[in-house]
Amino acid sequence: MASYLLIESRDPYDSNDVRFCCDLAKQLTQQGDQVTVFLVQNGVLPTRAGARADGLSELSKAGIEILADEFSLRERGIPSDRLMAGVKPAPLDVVIDRLAGGCKAIWH
Amino acid sequence: MADKKTLTFALMDPPYENARSTTALRLIHIAAKRGYDINVFAYEGSVYLAFAKQKPHPNAMHGRNIEEENHVLTKDLVSSLMEETKRNGGKFDWVNCGLCVDERGATEAVEGVRRGSPGDFLKMAEASDNTLVIGTRG
Amino acid sequence: MKALNIIETGYRATLEEQDDPGVWLSYTLKAAGGDVDVLLRGNAVNYAVQGQDSAGLQYGTWQQTQPPRLAENIASMTSKGMSVFIVSEDLQERGLRGVPLVEGLTPVARSELAHLFGRYDQVWHW
Repeated sequence: MASYLLIESRDPYDSNDVRFCCDLAKQLTQQGDQVTVFLVQNGVLPTRAGARADGLSELSKAGIEILADEFSLRERGIPSDRLMAGVKPAPLDVVIDRLAGGCKAIWH
Repeated sequence: MADKKTLTFALMDPPYENARSTTALRLIHIAAKRGYDINVFAYEGSVYLAFAKQKPHPNAMHGRNIEEENHVLTKDLVSSLMEETKRNGGKFDWVNCGLCVDERGATEAVEGVRRGSPGDFLKMAEASDNTLVIGTRG
Repeated sequence: MKALNIIETGYRATLEEQDDPGVWLSYTLKAAGGDVDVLLRGNAVNYAVQGQDSAGLQYGTWQQTQPPRLAENIASMTSKGMSVFIVSEDLQERGLRGVPLVEGLTPVARSELAHLFGRYDQVWHW
């Protein structure tokens, strides 16, 4: 079993390729890997409660850990207590933690 | 430091064009505070991150002079990150891809930055605990 | 250390660079002794198309003499022993089924990417 950190910097309003991370996260989980999706930059835009969140809601339902960069959220005026279900705010330090811990990290 | 790590980052984006360069430097800052050994391979436009000839400017639209504007110069961020790393017991190696430097004329980099090649990136990655590539978009 | 380079963006600065920077980097890493393979996805799958021709650019009196030869570059990677994977659905979406492509590429379905990534120590998305 491997650990993966998928860092999603894109949003579904500007890019239709966000499905790459979502599909990959589901596949990796299905094959027994541990997966965290870390949203950063505009990747946090769909986390606002009520936003069109496309694949993120599927990940949430699949029980995949979804973290959103606290700074990116604050930068965009998205309150940490008003996020879609299944998304947790997190400091960017988590990315360094996971890198240091040997996660395969893929930036998208 | 018992939990000291070596991380390599490969960057592609120049400053002032998109958010990726900011996030990359934020990540390096976190690693620097921890005193990790940090390698950076600056490819393509990211060789400009450490370009020594960056100059600050005022912001007349906001009525700010040069000092008040205190504009971000990424060369200063790079220098500061080097110092922070060393202050916390880490080593910092920033390599600008030489061909990328040449074609852009970005030959003057801040002190501590060296010229290299993808071979350096390979050596860095092979000697690191982990590597993160922050690619660009067209 | 086995690494998989993912190349997704197509035709970004390729005319100015006279190369695709991700493709160029990949075979340079291989030449430097790296154990590196490549996955073409997104618009980069078009790099596998035979018959691309960007010759003839001229700016004033300056003429480009070395236009990028992306399909040749992809072919040279396979001849150097690199595995070059290409996402099947991305080819299909772009109408590339049945279009002559560089030989020696390994098609991979999107559903197989997780398994593919598991074979590598590092997965780098350029």
